[in-house]
Amino acid sequence: MRKYSDVEYLKLSKSKRFLYRFLSFFAGIPGAVWGFIKKIGLAVKGGVSAVGNEFKDVFTTFKNGDWKTRLSYLIMGFGCLARGQILRGLLFLLFEIVFIIYMVVAGAHWLSLLPTLGTKGPSVEYNAVYDQYVTTYNDNSFKILLYGVLTIFFIIAFIYTWRVNVKQNRIAEGILKSGKKLKSGRDDLRSLVDDNFHKTLLALPLTGIIIFTVLPIVFMILVAFTNYDGSHDGYYNNLFTWVGLDNFNTMLSWEAAGGGQSYAATFGEILSWTLIWAFFATFSNYFLGMLVAMMINKKGVYLKKVWRTILVMTIAIPQFISLLYVSKMFAKNGIVNGALLDLNLITKPLPFWEKAGWARVMVILINIWIGIPYLMLIATGILMNIPADLYESAKIDGASGWQQYRKITLPYMLFVTGPYLLTSFTSNMNNFNVIYLLTGGAPTNSAASTAAGSVGYTDLLITWLFKITTGPEAQYYMASVVGIMVFVVVAVISLIVYNLLPSVKNEEDFQ
Amino acid sequence: MNKKKSYSPALVSILIGVVLCGLVFGLLFLVRNTLKANDTGIVQMAQTIGRKIVDPYPINPDHIGAVLLSLLGAIMLVVGAALIISGIAKLFEAIAENERNMMSYVPGALMLLCGAVIAYGFAKALLLGVTRFSTEGMYVHLFIDAGILLIIAALLIGMGCSRLVRAQKYNRSVKIYGMPPADVNRSMGLKASNLISGIGIHTLLVIMSVVWLIPFVCIILQSFRVETAMPVGYVLPKTWGFGNYTGLLKTDFPKWYLNTFIMALVVAVLQTIIVLCMSYVLSRFRFKMRKPLMSFMLILGMFPGMLTMIILYRVLKDLGLTQANAVPGLILVYIASSGMGYYVSKGFFDTIPKSLDEAACMDGATKAQVLFRIILPLAKPIVIYTILTAFMAPWGDFVFARYISMNTSAGMNVAVGLNSWLSLDQINSHYTMFCAGGVVVAIPVTILFLCLQRYYVEGVTGGAVKG
Repeated sequence: MRKYSDVEYLKLSKSKRFLYRFLSFFAGIPGAVWGFIKKIGLAVKGGVSAVGNEFKDVFTTFKNGDWKTRLSYLIMGFGCLARGQILRGLLFLLFEIVFIIYMVVAGAHWLSLLPTLGTKGPSVEYNAVYDQYVTTYNDNSFKILLYGVLTIFFIIAFIYTWRVNVKQNRIAEGILKSGKKLKSGRDDLRSLVDDNFHKTLLALPLTGIIIFTVLPIVFMILVAFTNYDGSHDGYYNNLFTWVGLDNFNTMLSWEAAGGGQSYAATFGEILSWTLIWAFFATFSNYFLGMLVAMMINKKGVYLKKVWRTILVMTIAIPQFISLLYVSKMFAKNGIVNGALLDLNLITKPLPFWEKAGWARVMVILINIWIGIPYLMLIATGILMNIPADLYESAKIDGASGWQQYRKITLPYMLFVTGPYLLTSFTSNMNNFNVIYLLTGGAPTNSAASTAAGSVGYTDLLITWLFKITTGPEAQYYMASVVGIMVFVVVAVISLIVYNLLPSVKNEEDFQ
Repeated sequence: MNKKKSYSPALVSILIGVVLCGLVFGLLFLVRNTLKANDTGIVQMAQTIGRKIVDPYPINPDHIGAVLLSLLGAIMLVVGAALIISGIAKLFEAIAENERNMMSYVPGALMLLCGAVIAYGFAKALLLGVTRFSTEGMYVHLFIDAGILLIIAALLIGMGCSRLVRAQKYNRSVKIYGMPPADVNRSMGLKASNLISGIGIHTLLVIMSVVWLIPFVCIILQSFRVETAMPVGYVLPKTWGFGNYTGLLKTDFPKWYLNTFIMALVVAVLQTIIVLCMSYVLSRFRFKMRKPLMSFMLILGMFPGMLTMIILYRVLKDLGLTQANAVPGLILVYIASSGMGYYVSKGFFDTIPKSLDEAACMDGATKAQVLFRIILPLAKPIVIYTILTAFMAPWGDFVFARYISMNTSAGMNVAVGLNSWLSLDQINSHYTMFCAGGVVVAIPVTILFLCLQRYYVEGVTGGAVKG
């Protein structure tokens, strides 16, 4: 499609401009996708060449280095010790010794079992000494997978440390050659609160993240390629094994397997509701919250603090209280139906949670009740930052209140809160609390139930994941497939929106 | 010389408001007690009075008369409202023109009065039509009247208070500067349209506040209901009492409360330290791995956290930190990954000028000294924000707490424990106790939150702007 110049564009009528913008957006998609692929390609290329450089560096360091350097290739930290950097040398050496001991004692065992995930299940035998049946636990697939992953992490850490050790030698040689002194152990310690302070500060948080987030996520991604579920996790059978891409095939196939609907159909249904929910939950809160903020901040409104305080009550009170109570309020025999019946407005209880349409609208409405206050607080802060002279000059030019909102407030808000809108969209997609506490996924959608258990009309992907995990079958492998799908959806949406946003381009602009 | 303003009109206004409030409440209680003593008599009396006033039709719940009456009531209500608004507008025009002649205020005031009477009368007619003259309808009437009187009382008190404040400001200004404050006459310049939009906004805000507060009021009221523990369709308890609160002590609730409180305290301290470390580093240091680290954490954050639940449970179980020992296990889970939530405080650190650090470095301070001596004192709001959010999280956490405590009462937090009372087999015996427990949990958290609200606002705002 032809690209208009600015002058040509301005000559177009309003509807044509819209059409042009609309079409050019879609015409731009292939280019953007191609650009993205190119970016990935470049990144891969950069990564490969970086790895190549590392190897080259290791090689040249060995070739040009003295005997101390060369010996440190085998005995880590030898170079440091020989050059008088006792502390560093000892740390390297210690790490190597610990690593070797670990690998010999346990690591090799776990690694060797990793390809099969264990072959010998628990066996029950009669033990004459105790005069009873004793269960012997042999291989435990869960432990094998877990410690296998852990061992791989450890090996990666070792290779990294070894590389640092080599680099240290090269740098030390260079420093000595130029006639300067090397840093002593005391210097190293001091730099931990100065030049290398960031390493000190990051040590604890990153350790936590690696052990409690990265490791579990890697583990769960791997589980998606196994048949780990409730029946492969217990006293009688604790062995599971690799199944390749079978689970993904099941998830994406339209054939019903093992009773109930096919996974692909259910996934499609839940995904579409998740997206609808996230859209309405995000934008209803966004615009209504902004409206409320503008109302409260308007000149001449009394008791601003009181209104604000009343609204933030929903943030202050833990959600499990407010949401659970509200869900009971709208129940069949709840207060709302009771009041409406008393007033003779209705003759039988309204099916707030019993019908799909009602329940879906209700969760969105109640989410407004929960969500407006956040947006009100955020919008209040931002609205105060809009220069007042913009409004004054608009007023002098005769702009109405709506025009001022449309041309000043909204663009400013959208520009500043663009990233927030994105994150709140994705966090709404994963908004477990609101759905689970309000409806628990009800009303049940019996047609969409799969082999992994039942689903409801208000179930999001995340509550589905929870249901699969805690369901009677406990199909952990399906849960982790769903988790990976959630990741893919979130990542795709984030990437697209992130590239469209004007305000995220340069992080340093704000400073 | 300006003379002082007198406080007495303001005080009289407040006094009248308070007395009115007292009267209304007194009357309500009187009526309630009489109703209790003589349940049918007074209601029938009220019913016949009500019918005589507005109902010329035979009493039949589905009679067309009721429908017509409500329709008429609704139409006339709109007329009344229009009259009120135009009356106020007329009044305000007169005020804006600083009219000395009292007669020019009369039309506006008359219109206002007529509108109010019409609106009131027909609102009740509407109500009578809608409620089909039922007994409950009479209660509703009573409450509506009481509500209107209360609103008037509140208006009086509010006006008195604002007058009091203005008079005090005025007097102080006169005392110190010898002249009235600059903005004393500003409110006179309002236009009628502003006034109407003002009334609209205030009405909306009042309605919103009511909607926002209804669930909380209901939960408090129900927590005092002792006649039955089941969920019921009415709000006001028939018998009041503290039974549910004292009953809480006999259950595992104190244990849950203690669990949650310990978790909240420990998590608040440790999580704050971790988050601050993380965000300070990412905001202030420029090292090679910074960008990759940030994108890595962004990607990690896109995985649903629930996915890790299964394995964390198994690992913690092997360590003996589940079921009855869930508290340390949960603390570990909460704080270990808290480094991922650095965005808000990083955004705040970004706003502290870097020139401060550089100046301190020039003077020979180490990076650690820069953090402790310069940045932290300036970052008080964000520190408090982080502590507050970290403290509040364990009170509401449900998923992990439920999974890791695994049906063991001793290891539950309040969310899981109270939720178990809403399960099908317990709800009929524990529902009001759930309400009482909810109140006991919500009160300290809410008070804490409202006290530190200012910092929360700063944190939320900063975090959203920075993304």
